Amino acid sequence: MRITQGTFSYLPDLTDEEIAKQVAYALEQGWPCSVEFTDDPHPRNSYWEMWGLPMFDLADPAGVLYEINECRKAYPGHYIRLNAYDASYGRQTTALQFIVQRPPEEPGFRLDREETSDRRVRYTLHPYALDRPEGGRYEADR
Amino acid sequence: MSERVGFGMRQNGSPADPSPPPAAGEPLPPEARVDLARERADSHVDEVLDALDRELVGLAPVKTRIREIAALLLVDRVRARFGIDSGRPNLHMCFTGSPGTGKTSVALRLAELLHRLGYVRRGHLVPVTRDDLVGQYVGHTAPKTKEVLKRAMGGVLFIDEAYYLYRAENERDYGQEAIEILLQVMENQRDDLVVVLAGYKDRMDAFFASNPGMSSRIAHHIDFPDYEPAELEAIGRLMMDREGYGLAPETEPVFREYLARRRAQPRFANARSVRNAIERARLRHANRLLAQGGDVGRDDLTTLQPEDFLSSRVFR
Repeated sequence: MRITQGTFSYLPDLTDEEIAKQVAYALEQGWPCSVEFTDDPHPRNSYWEMWGLPMFDLADPAGVLYEINECRKAYPGHYIRLNAYDASYGRQTTALQFIVQRPPEEPGFRLDREETSDRRVRYTLHPYALDRPEGGRYEADR
Repeated sequence: MSERVGFGMRQNGSPADPSPPPAAGEPLPPEARVDLARERADSHVDEVLDALDRELVGLAPVKTRIREIAALLLVDRVRARFGIDSGRPNLHMCFTGSPGTGKTSVALRLAELLHRLGYVRRGHLVPVTRDDLVGQYVGHTAPKTKEVLKRAMGGVLFIDEAYYLYRAENERDYGQEAIEILLQVMENQRDDLVVVLAGYKDRMDAFFASNPGMSSRIAHHIDFPDYEPAELEAIGRLMMDREGYGLAPETEPVFREYLARRRAQPRFANARSVRNAIERARLRHANRLLAQGGDVGRDDLTTLQPEDFLSSRVFR
Protein backbone atom coordinates (compact mmCIF):
# COMPACT_ATOMS: atom_id res chain seq x y z
CA MET A 1 0.00 0.00 0.00
CA ARG A 2 1.46 3.29 -1.12
CA ILE A 3 1.90 5.75 1.73
CA THR A 4 0.74 9.25 0.93
CA GLN A 5 1.56 12.22 3.10
CA GLY A 6 2.65 15.83 2.87
CA THR A 7 2.59 18.06 -0.15
CA PHE A 8 2.08 16.39 -3.57
CA SER A 9 0.93 13.24 -1.78
CA TYR A 10 -1.44 12.23 -4.59
CA LEU A 11 1.07 12.84 -7.37
CA PRO A 12 3.39 10.15 -8.63
CA ASP A 13 6.79 10.26 -6.94
CA LEU A 14 8.82 13.26 -8.04
CA THR A 15 11.93 12.73 -10.12
CA ASP A 16 15.22 14.21 -8.93
CA GLU A 17 14.81 17.03 -11.40
CA GLU A 18 11.37 17.85 -10.04
CA ILE A 19 12.67 17.63 -6.49
CA ALA A 20 15.43 20.10 -7.40
CA LYS A 21 12.83 22.50 -8.77
CA GLN A 22 10.71 22.30 -5.63
CA VAL A 23 13.79 22.84 -3.48
CA ALA A 24 14.78 25.80 -5.62
CA TYR A 25 11.34 27.26 -5.01
CA ALA A 26 11.67 26.73 -1.26
CA LEU A 27 15.10 28.36 -1.21
CA GLU A 28 13.75 31.30 -3.19
CA GLN A 29 11.13 31.80 -0.51
CA GLY A 30 13.90 31.74 2.11
CA TRP A 31 12.85 28.41 3.61
CA PRO A 32 15.71 26.27 4.91
CA CYS A 33 15.41 22.60 3.97
CA SER A 34 16.06 19.49 6.01
CA VAL A 35 16.05 15.78 5.28
CA GLU A 36 14.40 13.16 7.52
CA PHE A 37 14.06 9.39 7.32
CA THR A 38 12.18 6.59 9.05
CA ASP A 39 11.28 2.95 8.67
CA ASP A 40 8.03 3.27 10.61
CA PRO A 41 5.38 4.27 8.10
CA HIS A 42 2.56 4.74 10.66
CA PRO A 43 0.65 7.93 9.79
CA ARG A 44 0.83 9.14 13.38
CA ASN A 45 4.60 8.79 13.49
CA SER A 46 5.42 12.46 13.18
CA TYR A 47 8.91 12.22 14.62
CA TRP A 48 11.13 11.02 11.84
CA GLU A 49 14.87 10.82 12.35
CA MET A 50 16.84 13.84 11.19
CA TRP A 51 19.49 13.35 8.55
CA GLY A 52 21.88 16.02 9.77
CA LEU A 53 20.82 19.49 10.76
CA PRO A 54 18.52 21.72 8.74
CA MET A 55 20.51 23.40 5.98
CA PHE A 56 20.64 27.15 6.31
CA ASP A 57 22.04 29.77 3.92
CA LEU A 58 21.91 27.60 0.84
CA ALA A 59 21.56 29.29 -2.54
CA ASP A 60 21.24 26.32 -4.81
CA PRO A 61 19.28 23.03 -4.63
CA ALA A 62 22.41 21.00 -5.39
CA GLY A 63 23.38 21.00 -1.71
CA VAL A 64 20.01 19.62 -0.65
CA LEU A 65 20.05 17.02 -3.43
CA TYR A 66 23.49 15.99 -2.24
CA GLU A 67 22.19 15.29 1.27
CA ILE A 68 19.14 13.46 -0.08
CA ASN A 69 21.41 11.21 -2.11
CA GLU A 70 23.71 10.62 0.86
CA CYS A 71 20.68 9.62 2.93
CA ARG A 72 19.43 7.34 0.14
CA LYS A 73 22.82 5.66 0.06
CA ALA A 74 22.80 5.06 3.80
CA TYR A 75 19.14 3.96 4.01
CA PRO A 76 18.18 2.49 0.64
CA GLY A 77 14.95 0.95 1.99
CA HIS A 78 13.67 3.70 4.28
CA TYR A 79 11.16 6.44 3.77
CA ILE A 80 12.93 9.76 3.25
CA ARG A 81 11.20 13.10 3.20
CA LEU A 82 12.19 16.67 2.67
CA ASN A 83 10.98 19.51 4.88
CA ALA A 84 11.14 23.21 4.16
CA TYR A 85 10.61 25.52 7.12
CA ASP A 86 9.17 28.95 6.99
CA ALA A 87 10.75 30.81 9.90
CA SER A 88 8.97 34.09 9.20
CA TYR A 89 6.21 33.32 11.73
CA GLY A 90 8.73 33.21 14.54
CA ARG A 91 8.15 29.52 15.14
CA GLN A 92 9.05 26.38 13.30
CA THR A 93 6.45 26.08 10.58
CA THR A 94 6.62 23.44 7.90
CA ALA A 95 5.80 25.10 4.62
CA LEU A 96 6.54 22.21 2.31
CA GLN A 97 7.09 18.55 3.02
CA PHE A 98 7.18 15.65 0.64
CA ILE A 99 8.48 12.11 0.36
CA VAL A 100 11.57 11.72 -1.80
CA GLN A 101 12.15 8.01 -1.31
CA ARG A 102 10.02 5.07 -0.31
CA PRO A 103 10.84 1.37 0.02
CA PRO A 104 10.31 -0.61 -3.19
CA GLU A 105 7.71 -2.74 -1.41
CA GLU A 106 5.31 -1.24 1.05
CA PRO A 107 3.49 -4.03 2.89
CA GLY A 108 0.68 -1.80 4.15
CA PHE A 109 -1.44 -1.96 7.30
CA ARG A 110 -3.90 -4.19 9.04
CA LEU A 111 -6.71 -3.20 11.36
CA ASP A 112 -6.29 -4.63 14.88
CA ARG A 113 -9.48 -5.09 16.84
CA GLU A 114 -9.24 -4.89 20.61
CA GLU A 115 -12.01 -5.99 22.96
CA THR A 116 -12.09 -3.72 26.00
CA SER A 117 -14.37 -3.27 28.96
CA ASP A 118 -18.15 -3.33 28.52
CA ARG A 119 -17.97 -5.11 25.19
CA ARG A 120 -16.49 -2.01 23.62
CA VAL A 121 -14.26 -2.51 20.61
CA ARG A 122 -11.27 -0.37 19.74
CA TYR A 123 -9.49 -0.37 16.45
CA THR A 124 -5.90 0.44 15.72
CA LEU A 125 -3.75 0.54 12.61
CA HIS A 126 -0.80 -1.81 12.59
CA PRO A 127 1.86 -1.48 9.85
CA TYR A 128 3.02 -4.92 8.73
CA ALA A 129 6.52 -3.53 8.42
CA LEU A 130 6.64 -3.12 12.20
CA ASP A 131 6.50 -6.88 12.69
CA ARG A 132 10.17 -6.99 11.82
CA PRO A 133 12.90 -5.55 14.00
CA GLU A 134 14.15 -2.06 13.37
CA GLY A 135 16.71 -1.81 10.58
CA GLY A 136 15.41 -4.95 8.84
CA ARG A 137 11.92 -3.88 8.01
CA TYR A 138 12.36 -3.66 4.25
CA GLU A 139 14.08 -5.93 1.75
CA ALA A 140 16.35 -3.18 0.46
CA ASP A 141 17.79 -2.56 3.92
CA ARG A 142 18.71 -6.15 4.59
CA MET B 1 -0.62 6.34 -13.38
CA SER B 2 -2.48 7.24 -16.55
CA GLU B 3 -5.28 4.74 -16.04
CA ARG B 4 -6.10 6.13 -12.61
CA VAL B 5 -8.02 9.35 -12.87
CA GLY B 6 -8.64 10.93 -9.50
CA PHE B 7 -11.23 13.41 -8.40
CA GLY B 8 -10.80 16.91 -9.67
CA MET B 9 -8.67 15.83 -12.58
CA ARG B 10 -9.68 17.34 -15.87
CA GLN B 11 -10.88 14.93 -18.48
CA ASN B 12 -13.14 16.83 -20.79
CA GLY B 13 -12.61 20.31 -19.41
CA SER B 14 -10.33 22.85 -20.96
CA PRO B 15 -7.95 20.95 -23.20
CA ALA B 16 -4.25 21.06 -22.57
CA ASP B 17 -2.20 23.00 -25.09
CA PRO B 18 -2.22 20.58 -28.03
CA SER B 19 0.97 21.73 -29.74
CA PRO B 20 4.04 20.23 -28.11
CA PRO B 21 6.72 22.79 -27.19
CA PRO B 22 9.61 22.93 -29.65
CA ALA B 23 12.29 20.49 -28.64
CA ALA B 24 15.07 22.41 -26.96
CA GLY B 25 17.55 19.58 -27.31
CA GLU B 26 17.35 19.52 -31.10
CA PRO B 27 20.89 20.08 -32.45
CA LEU B 28 21.45 22.51 -35.27
CA PRO B 29 22.07 20.98 -38.70
CA PRO B 30 25.78 20.65 -39.54
CA GLU B 31 25.62 23.30 -42.27
CA ALA B 32 24.05 25.95 -40.00
CA ARG B 33 25.90 29.16 -39.18
CA VAL B 34 25.86 30.87 -35.81
CA ASP B 35 26.63 34.53 -35.28
CA LEU B 36 29.25 34.54 -32.53
CA ALA B 37 29.01 38.28 -32.02
CA ARG B 38 25.34 37.93 -31.28
CA GLU B 39 25.89 35.05 -28.91
CA ARG B 40 28.38 37.23 -27.16
CA ALA B 41 25.98 40.16 -26.89
CA ASP B 42 23.20 37.86 -25.66
CA SER B 43 25.29 36.54 -22.80
CA HIS B 44 26.10 40.08 -21.54
CA VAL B 45 29.57 38.81 -20.79
CA ASP B 46 31.18 41.98 -22.10
CA GLU B 47 29.63 44.04 -19.32
CA VAL B 48 31.49 42.00 -16.74
CA LEU B 49 34.72 41.96 -18.72
CA ASP B 50 34.56 45.71 -19.27
CA ALA B 51 33.85 46.29 -15.60
CA LEU B 52 36.86 44.11 -14.86
CA ASP B 53 39.01 46.27 -17.13
CA ARG B 54 37.62 49.50 -15.81
CA GLU B 55 37.59 48.84 -12.10
CA LEU B 56 40.71 46.76 -11.73
CA VAL B 57 43.99 48.40 -12.63
CA GLY B 58 46.84 46.40 -14.15
CA LEU B 59 46.68 42.61 -13.66
CA ALA B 60 47.23 41.96 -17.38
CA PRO B 61 47.91 38.19 -17.07
CA VAL B 62 44.80 37.73 -14.94
CA LYS B 63 42.56 39.59 -17.34
CA THR B 64 43.93 37.68 -20.30
CA ARG B 65 43.20 34.37 -18.64
CA ILE B 66 39.69 35.39 -17.67
CA ARG B 67 39.00 36.54 -21.23
CA GLU B 68 40.25 33.17 -22.48
CA ILE B 69 37.94 31.35 -20.10
CA ALA B 70 35.02 33.50 -21.19
CA ALA B 71 35.80 32.78 -24.84
CA LEU B 72 36.04 29.05 -24.17
CA LEU B 73 32.69 28.93 -22.40
CA LEU B 74 31.03 30.95 -25.13
CA VAL B 75 32.41 28.73 -27.88
CA ASP B 76 31.44 25.65 -25.89
CA ARG B 77 27.91 26.94 -25.74
CA VAL B 78 27.76 27.32 -29.49
CA ARG B 79 29.33 23.88 -29.96
CA ALA B 80 26.64 22.43 -27.73
CA ARG B 81 24.01 23.88 -30.04
CA PHE B 82 25.47 21.83 -32.87
CA GLY B 83 25.28 18.79 -30.65
CA ILE B 84 29.04 18.51 -30.13
CA ASP B 85 29.58 17.25 -26.63
CA SER B 86 32.86 18.57 -25.34
CA GLY B 87 32.42 17.81 -21.65
CA ARG B 88 32.46 20.40 -18.95
CA PRO B 89 35.76 22.24 -18.70
CA ASN B 90 37.50 22.12 -15.36
CA LEU B 91 37.45 25.61 -13.92
CA HIS B 92 38.85 25.15 -10.45
CA MET B 93 41.46 27.84 -9.98
CA CYS B 94 44.29 28.92 -7.80
CA PHE B 95 45.09 32.61 -7.35
CA THR B 96 48.54 33.35 -6.02
CA GLY B 97 49.95 36.74 -5.27
CA SER B 98 50.99 39.19 -2.58
CA PRO B 99 48.41 40.64 -0.22
CA GLY B 100 46.18 43.31 -1.70
CA THR B 101 46.68 42.35 -5.34
CA GLY B 102 42.96 41.93 -5.98
CA LYS B 103 42.47 38.18 -5.61
CA THR B 104 39.12 38.50 -3.85
CA SER B 105 37.88 41.24 -6.18
CA VAL B 106 38.67 39.10 -9.19
CA ALA B 107 37.00 36.07 -7.63
CA LEU B 108 33.84 38.08 -7.07
CA ARG B 109 33.74 39.15 -10.71
CA LEU B 110 34.59 35.65 -11.82
CA ALA B 111 31.48 34.33 -10.07
CA GLU B 112 29.37 36.89 -11.87
CA LEU B 113 31.03 36.08 -15.18
CA LEU B 114 30.57 32.33 -14.86
CA HIS B 115 26.95 32.92 -13.98
CA ARG B 116 26.35 35.00 -17.10
CA LEU B 117 27.95 32.33 -19.23
CA GLY B 118 25.74 29.71 -17.66
CA TYR B 119 28.57 27.75 -16.08
CA VAL B 120 27.27 28.13 -12.52
CA ARG B 121 23.61 28.45 -11.67
CA ARG B 122 23.58 31.23 -9.08
CA GLY B 123 26.84 33.10 -9.29
CA HIS B 124 27.29 33.85 -5.61
CA LEU B 125 30.69 33.85 -3.95
CA VAL B 126 31.24 32.14 -0.62
CA PRO B 127 34.53 33.32 0.86
CA VAL B 128 35.89 31.04 3.58
CA THR B 129 39.12 30.49 5.48
CA ARG B 130 40.51 27.55 7.43
CA ASP B 131 38.24 28.33 10.39
CA ASP B 132 35.10 27.74 8.36
CA LEU B 133 36.24 24.37 7.04
CA VAL B 134 38.23 22.68 9.77
CA GLY B 135 36.64 21.48 12.99
CA GLN B 136 38.00 21.52 16.51
CA TYR B 137 37.60 17.91 17.49
CA VAL B 138 37.34 14.46 15.91
CA GLY B 139 34.26 14.18 13.71
CA HIS B 140 33.63 17.90 13.57
CA THR B 141 35.47 18.62 10.34
CA ALA B 142 33.49 16.59 7.82
CA PRO B 143 30.05 18.07 8.60
CA LYS B 144 31.54 21.54 8.80
CA THR B 145 33.29 21.28 5.45
CA LYS B 146 30.24 19.73 3.83
CA GLU B 147 28.02 22.48 5.10
CA VAL B 148 30.26 25.11 3.55
CA LEU B 149 30.39 23.17 0.30
CA LYS B 150 26.61 22.95 0.20
CA ARG B 151 26.32 26.66 0.77
CA ALA B 152 28.70 27.30 -2.12
CA MET B 153 26.94 25.00 -4.56
CA GLY B 154 25.65 26.82 -7.60
CA GLY B 155 28.36 29.41 -7.13
CA VAL B 156 32.04 29.88 -6.37
CA LEU B 157 33.80 28.75 -3.21
CA PHE B 158 36.71 31.05 -2.45
CA ILE B 159 39.20 29.66 0.05
CA ASP B 160 41.47 32.43 1.22
CA GLU B 161 44.91 31.52 2.59
CA ALA B 162 44.27 27.95 1.50
CA TYR B 163 47.74 26.78 2.56
CA TYR B 164 46.64 26.95 6.21
CA LEU B 165 44.45 23.91 5.50
CA TYR B 166 47.49 21.69 5.57
CA ARG B 167 49.86 21.83 8.50
CA ALA B 168 52.88 19.75 7.75
CA GLU B 169 54.16 19.96 11.33
CA ASN B 170 51.09 18.24 12.78
CA GLU B 171 50.11 15.01 11.11
CA ARG B 172 46.95 14.72 13.20
CA ASP B 173 45.71 18.08 12.07
CA TYR B 174 42.08 17.94 10.93
CA GLY B 175 42.92 20.09 7.91
CA GLN B 176 43.86 16.97 5.97
CA GLU B 177 40.31 15.69 6.35
CA ALA B 178 38.89 18.93 4.98
CA ILE B 179 41.24 18.68 1.99
CA GLU B 180 40.10 15.14 1.26
CA ILE B 181 36.42 16.11 1.29
CA LEU B 182 37.20 19.13 -0.84
CA LEU B 183 39.02 16.98 -3.39
CA GLN B 184 36.16 14.52 -3.54
CA VAL B 185 33.58 17.22 -4.19
CA MET B 186 35.83 19.06 -6.65
CA GLU B 187 36.06 15.87 -8.65
CA ASN B 188 32.51 14.49 -8.37
CA GLN B 189 30.41 17.63 -8.32
CA ARG B 190 32.14 19.72 -10.88
CA ASP B 191 28.73 20.73 -12.20
CA ASP B 192 27.73 22.26 -8.93
CA LEU B 193 30.56 24.48 -7.84
CA VAL B 194 33.85 26.09 -8.74
CA VAL B 195 36.58 26.14 -6.12
CA VAL B 196 39.09 28.99 -6.08
CA LEU B 197 42.08 28.74 -3.77
CA ALA B 198 44.03 31.85 -2.93
CA GLY B 199 47.22 32.55 -1.08
CA TYR B 200 50.78 33.77 -1.23
CA LYS B 201 52.86 32.23 -3.97
CA ASP B 202 55.62 30.53 -2.00
CA ARG B 203 53.31 29.06 0.62
CA MET B 204 50.82 27.83 -1.97
CA ASP B 205 53.68 26.12 -3.78
CA ALA B 206 54.61 24.35 -0.56
CA PHE B 207 50.95 23.44 -0.05
CA PHE B 208 50.68 21.90 -3.52
CA ALA B 209 53.97 20.08 -3.07
CA SER B 210 52.50 18.22 -0.10
CA ASN B 211 49.06 17.79 -1.75
CA PRO B 212 49.76 16.71 -5.32
CA GLY B 213 46.14 15.59 -5.77
CA MET B 214 44.98 19.13 -5.21
CA SER B 215 47.41 20.64 -7.68
CA SER B 216 46.42 18.32 -10.49
CA ARG B 217 42.71 18.96 -9.99
CA ILE B 218 43.18 22.67 -10.48
CA ALA B 219 43.37 23.63 -14.12
CA HIS B 220 44.18 27.30 -13.79
CA HIS B 221 47.04 28.57 -11.70
CA ILE B 222 46.94 32.33 -12.02
CA ASP B 223 49.64 34.54 -10.57
CA PHE B 224 48.73 38.08 -9.53
CA PRO B 225 51.71 40.40 -10.06
CA ASP B 226 52.55 43.20 -7.63
CA TYR B 227 51.40 46.63 -8.76
CA GLU B 228 53.78 49.14 -10.33
CA PRO B 229 53.90 52.62 -8.74
CA ALA B 230 51.86 54.12 -11.60
CA GLU B 231 49.22 51.42 -11.15
CA LEU B 232 49.06 52.09 -7.42
CA GLU B 233 48.44 55.72 -8.15
CA ALA B 234 45.66 54.85 -10.58
CA ILE B 235 44.12 52.57 -7.92
CA GLY B 236 44.28 55.39 -5.40
CA ARG B 237 42.53 57.73 -7.82
CA LEU B 238 39.81 55.16 -8.47
CA MET B 239 39.23 54.70 -4.76
CA MET B 240 39.11 58.43 -4.06
CA ASP B 241 36.83 58.95 -7.01
CA ARG B 242 34.42 56.37 -5.65
CA GLU B 243 34.35 58.06 -2.26
CA GLY B 244 33.97 61.56 -3.57
CA TYR B 245 37.47 62.86 -2.88
CA GLY B 246 40.05 64.41 -5.12
CA LEU B 247 43.70 65.48 -4.91
CA ALA B 248 44.70 69.12 -5.07
CA PRO B 249 47.23 69.64 -7.91
CA GLU B 250 50.00 70.22 -5.40
CA THR B 251 49.04 67.01 -3.54
CA GLU B 252 49.72 64.78 -6.53
CA PRO B 253 53.53 64.66 -6.22
CA VAL B 254 53.14 64.19 -2.46
CA PHE B 255 50.79 61.25 -2.97
CA ARG B 256 53.21 59.75 -5.49
CA GLU B 257 56.09 60.19 -3.09
CA TYR B 258 54.01 58.68 -0.29
CA LEU B 259 53.32 55.57 -2.36
CA ALA B 260 56.95 55.21 -3.37
CA ARG B 261 58.05 55.41 0.28
CA ARG B 262 55.31 53.14 1.57
CA ARG B 263 56.09 50.59 -1.11
CA ALA B 264 59.65 50.29 0.10
CA GLN B 265 58.55 49.68 3.67
CA PRO B 266 57.86 46.23 5.11
CA ARG B 267 54.32 44.82 5.19
CA PHE B 268 53.28 46.71 2.12
CA ALA B 269 49.92 45.26 1.03
CA ASN B 270 49.46 46.82 -2.41
CA ALA B 271 45.92 48.10 -2.96
CA ARG B 272 45.00 47.50 0.67
CA SER B 273 47.80 49.84 1.81
CA VAL B 274 46.60 52.45 -0.65
CA ARG B 275 43.11 52.15 0.80
CA ASN B 276 44.45 52.57 4.33
CA ALA B 277 46.49 55.58 3.30
CA ILE B 278 43.40 57.22 1.89
CA GLU B 279 41.37 56.35 4.98
CA ARG B 280 43.97 58.05 7.18
CA ALA B 281 44.17 61.04 4.87
CA ARG B 282 40.40 61.36 5.21
CA LEU B 283 40.75 61.41 8.98
CA ARG B 284 43.36 64.16 8.87
CA HIS B 285 41.35 66.04 6.29
CA ALA B 286 38.26 66.03 8.51
CA ASN B 287 40.30 66.99 11.55
CA ARG B 288 41.97 69.83 9.68
CA LEU B 289 38.64 71.22 8.51
CA LEU B 290 37.22 71.18 12.02
CA ALA B 291 40.32 72.75 13.55
CA GLN B 292 40.28 75.45 10.87
CA GLY B 293 36.69 76.44 11.67
CA GLY B 294 34.73 78.93 9.60
CA ASP B 295 32.87 78.32 6.36
CA VAL B 296 33.62 75.39 4.10
CA GLY B 297 32.66 74.93 0.46
CA ARG B 298 32.26 71.84 -1.69
CA ASP B 299 35.89 72.07 -2.81
CA ASP B 300 37.15 72.11 0.76
CA LEU B 301 35.12 69.03 1.57
CA THR B 302 36.35 66.99 -1.39
CA THR B 303 39.97 68.06 -1.84
CA LEU B 304 42.84 66.42 -0.03
CA GLN B 305 45.73 68.82 0.62
CA PRO B 306 49.44 67.90 0.80
CA GLU B 307 49.51 68.17 4.60
CA ASP B 308 46.91 65.38 4.83
CA PHE B 309 49.56 63.03 3.55
CA LEU B 310 52.71 64.78 4.75
CA SER B 311 51.90 64.26 8.43
CA SER B 312 51.97 60.50 7.89
CA ARG B 313 54.72 58.60 9.68
CA VAL B 314 55.89 57.39 6.27
CA PHE B 315 57.50 60.78 5.76
CA ARG B 316 59.44 60.71 8.99
